[in-house]
Amino acid sequence: MTEVPVIHGMGSAVKRKEDVRFIQGRDTYVDDISLPGMVYLDFVRSPYAHARIRSISTERAKGAPGVVAVITGKDLQPLGLDWIPTLSGDKMMVLPTEKVVFQMQEVVGVVAESRYAAADAVKLVEVDYEPLPVVTDPKKALEEGSPIVREDKRTNHVFHWEAGDREATDRLFEQADVVVGQDMYYQRIHVSYMEPCGCVAYYDSVKGTPTIWMTTQAPHVVRTVASLITKIPENKIRIISPDIGGGFGGKVYVYPGSIVAAVASIVTGRPVKWVNDRSDDHPSTAFARDFHMRAELAAKRDGTLLAFRVKAVSDHGAFFGDANPSKFPFGLFSICTGSYDLKAAFVEVDGAYTNKPQGGIAYRCSFRVTEAVYAIERLVDIMAHRLGIDPAELRLKNFIPPEKFPYRSVMGWVYDSGNYAGALRKAMEKIGYEELRREQEEKRKRGELMGIGISSFTEIVGAGPSHTFDILGIKMFGSAEIRIHPTGKVIARFGTRSQGQGHETTYAQIIAEELGIPIEDITVEEGDTDTAPYGLGTYASRSTPTAGAAAAVASRKIREKAKKIAAHLLEAREEDVVWERGRFYVKGAPAKYKTIQEVAFAAYTNHPPGMEAGLEAVHYYDPPNMTFPFGSYICVVDIDRGTGEAKVRRFVAVDDCGNIINPLIVDGQIHGGLTMGFGTAFMEEIGYDQDGNIYGANFMDYTIPTAVETPKWETDKTVTPSPHHPLGAKGVGESATVGSPAAFVNAVVDALWPLGVTHIDMPLYPWKIRRLLEEKGYALDK
Amino acid sequence: MFVIPDRFSYTVAHSVEEAVELLHTLEDSKVLAGGQSLIPFMKLGYASPKSLVDINRIPNLDYLDDSGESLKIGALTRISRLCDSELVAKDYPLIHDAALQIADPLVRNLGTFGGNVCHADMGDDLPAVCLAMNAEMVASGPSGQRVLAAKDFFVDRFTTLLASDELLTEVRIPKNRRGCGGAYLKLERRVGDYAIVGVAAQLEVDGDGVCRSVGIGLTSASTKPIKASEAESWLVGKSLSDEVLDKASTLAMNTSNPLSDIRGPAEYKKAMVKVLTHRALKLAYKRARGGL
Repeated sequence: MTEVPVIHGMGSAVKRKEDVRFIQGRDTYVDDISLPGMVYLDFVRSPYAHARIRSISTERAKGAPGVVAVITGKDLQPLGLDWIPTLSGDKMMVLPTEKVVFQMQEVVGVVAESRYAAADAVKLVEVDYEPLPVVTDPKKALEEGSPIVREDKRTNHVFHWEAGDREATDRLFEQADVVVGQDMYYQRIHVSYMEPCGCVAYYDSVKGTPTIWMTTQAPHVVRTVASLITKIPENKIRIISPDIGGGFGGKVYVYPGSIVAAVASIVTGRPVKWVNDRSDDHPSTAFARDFHMRAELAAKRDGTLLAFRVKAVSDHGAFFGDANPSKFPFGLFSICTGSYDLKAAFVEVDGAYTNKPQGGIAYRCSFRVTEAVYAIERLVDIMAHRLGIDPAELRLKNFIPPEKFPYRSVMGWVYDSGNYAGALRKAMEKIGYEELRREQEEKRKRGELMGIGISSFTEIVGAGPSHTFDILGIKMFGSAEIRIHPTGKVIARFGTRSQGQGHETTYAQIIAEELGIPIEDITVEEGDTDTAPYGLGTYASRSTPTAGAAAAVASRKIREKAKKIAAHLLEAREEDVVWERGRFYVKGAPAKYKTIQEVAFAAYTNHPPGMEAGLEAVHYYDPPNMTFPFGSYICVVDIDRGTGEAKVRRFVAVDDCGNIINPLIVDGQIHGGLTMGFGTAFMEEIGYDQDGNIYGANFMDYTIPTAVETPKWETDKTVTPSPHHPLGAKGVGESATVGSPAAFVNAVVDALWPLGVTHIDMPLYPWKIRRLLEEKGYALDK
Repeated sequence: MFVIPDRFSYTVAHSVEEAVELLHTLEDSKVLAGGQSLIPFMKLGYASPKSLVDINRIPNLDYLDDSGESLKIGALTRISRLCDSELVAKDYPLIHDAALQIADPLVRNLGTFGGNVCHADMGDDLPAVCLAMNAEMVASGPSGQRVLAAKDFFVDRFTTLLASDELLTEVRIPKNRRGCGGAYLKLERRVGDYAIVGVAAQLEVDGDGVCRSVGIGLTSASTKPIKASEAESWLVGKSLSDEVLDKASTLAMNTSNPLSDIRGPAEYKKAMVKVLTHRALKLAYKRARGGL
């Protein structure tokens, strides 16, 4: 009899299977793909944020050495591809025919035999622009008389969206003892993935089949939309998302480069490669956040929180392209009551068009949850300071208590599980909260500035239940297809797409857990629409909650059939057969068993009479609810009264994502997310001047943190399983990005509160802090 | 659209004379040393020279030599060599401080002392060091060699006293003596970035702690690298009390004329000239006294 091998199932901190090829450089990104006869696409981009195009002359470029095609918006018009629909029911320009609407917008595509020839020829295209008045401030964009960004619209107003109960909220605000309010701006940032966007498009004119290798987080959605727009049958279109160097929401979008490359391939009959370089990608692809809000919180004098309201303007750039579920024009912002048991809440958001690239990326965030968490966590801190109650104590007093789960929030969400006080208490203990507060008190007496900031966030991830969540009508299920080969090895395919999250390991561990097959024997594939089951892709921390659940359920279906085969092999009745990880045995006789591998072999060689051969299953998982991961973060900062620099001394993160599949991967996600949150809080911002010129268009101007300035992250966990997920797991990829910015800002404001500082907008540049210190007469000149 | 520079010719020089000859004859030429500023500039379209003269193959331009009356630094000396040199770490802490804060290890491995100085960006760190140390710049041109004082060398942003057919071959730093100490403080948004403001301070004090000589160079404090001459004059002959340092740093601040940009508003940068000058002088003084 064979021994049951080590399988690395649930909870194993096994190293990631895919890292071997990543570390050795044997991975395949879009730019690694090279096809015979391939040509290269480069773009003429607009120097203006808003300008009418008087004329475009392409003659010199067409005559340049190596140039095989030049494509303008007029060339796309007859194909109906000069504009394409966005995921939010708007449309976006592919190449302009009338005017440009943001700086660095693609204007003309030039295709040549080499990248160099294409870049040289780009400079030979002559575009005559008539500059137009520019609007970059969304609030000004909504005012009467503002320049109108879109020729096809009469206004810059994109949508008005409300959630919650306005009257009940206003009533509580009137009755409240204390009301605090704060204007805040969550700045525009870029996801800064390592791999810029690109594609290789090849149209086989004999078969009539376009194949596109592209940097996309959702290949099936791209295929369906492409088919609907072009009328090319969906079975003829193949979208392949190869290895992806980070997505963070930025690669849910389809950019003009892919459309123009596909058209160029049809025109030239050759494969066309388009890959943005960083200086093209950063200023022209979609952005995150850019959200102006007024948030208010009402409480009783004793610190009982009553109601929360937000009035906000969000900047969507020139096109409303947010990849939101259809019923949520402003995503899941209504999770903004957070971890607190409030009596009422109301939010209203107006979206605006401006002369910037499209915004609205859910940057490592489940559709605007980051903005929501920031709003409530900042306001709870402000309220604590106003009331003179310790921010930890105020939170503990108002948390939704564990016994109230499942908890229906006043916004209508049903939180699946939580133990918020447990996470906060653990974080406080780990960091030595009481001692830090004493130290802070002493330092204040000596004139030293030290701050402690807390963020106790609740996320909402795993979109989602089909009754509520769809994108363009397609329900947001998760899919898995698992096949066991005769030798007991496995191929498993999914409708999601890892961009570095470690799916090849995580999914293998789930199958290993359910079927007792070692992860080495399980191959996980994603990203090819010809082979993977239909799925909505990976973003918003949805892969484990949806496709991970599908993997578990499909595995269980396989186990059901395997049990029947085992009964046949063991010559026992099915109800007498017992499953123990990796093998079946007859009740009471565990020494006599059949391994899953033996059963797999029998499925093809010796299956019971009347049973279909084979051992495989497909499952489309419709989650009954979202999952609600949470955590408490505590940050300690010291502020230099001379330079205004805020140095993070310590940062403790206690996360709860339910049952953990791979602790190493979860920890990696937390570390990465915290570092991104740190960058957001302290150094990242895409700015524009009044003429729409972008600041921060490359990594020289736009700073992201390196290992040198990144604080040491002290991570820990609590485990509160999701009651409805088959594995008790929740999504975790985004918790740290979502939760951490408020902790950093709360810490800095906590240090400065005694000086009368209530808020500082991110990024917390030293010059902003220094300016406040000067205003309060607290700056040092040495 | 970017990343790929305009067309240019590329020629390798094998001697200083050949380099000078090439610079003299080639149209619109630039010297390629480490290339860590020039190549990004060409990729971003900020510079489009028609010809590059590569001096990396010229022998004997990469050296640190303190056998004579000064520390002689060959123009092709890589920044990483300054970081790794025990001599520099021990006797020239100002240079060592600055070298360690230039960009990142990859850039430091290729970037050269001469290149950093000749690029003459207001945000480059070594010009301020040369100004603080009253360095001498040795240049070769068609009519021979000449020696220029650092204080005259930096004419404007990206512009030095060098003619287009002159090549910087060596930088001479006054030799370390008892009572000398220096420090470079750099405020940056993130490691590897250009300075928000940087201050280079070099001091010589006597046994009583009285300042015998001092040099202060400022990075990112104007449109070009500048010397805080008034602060220097004020300090000579004085004991370095906190009040004296206060006054000196105020004078340095008044000398500065920074630009508002993505790294911060001008008023902040001015204030930082003051803060960093005070701190750099204090650290330089500590090091100078430590050597006595």
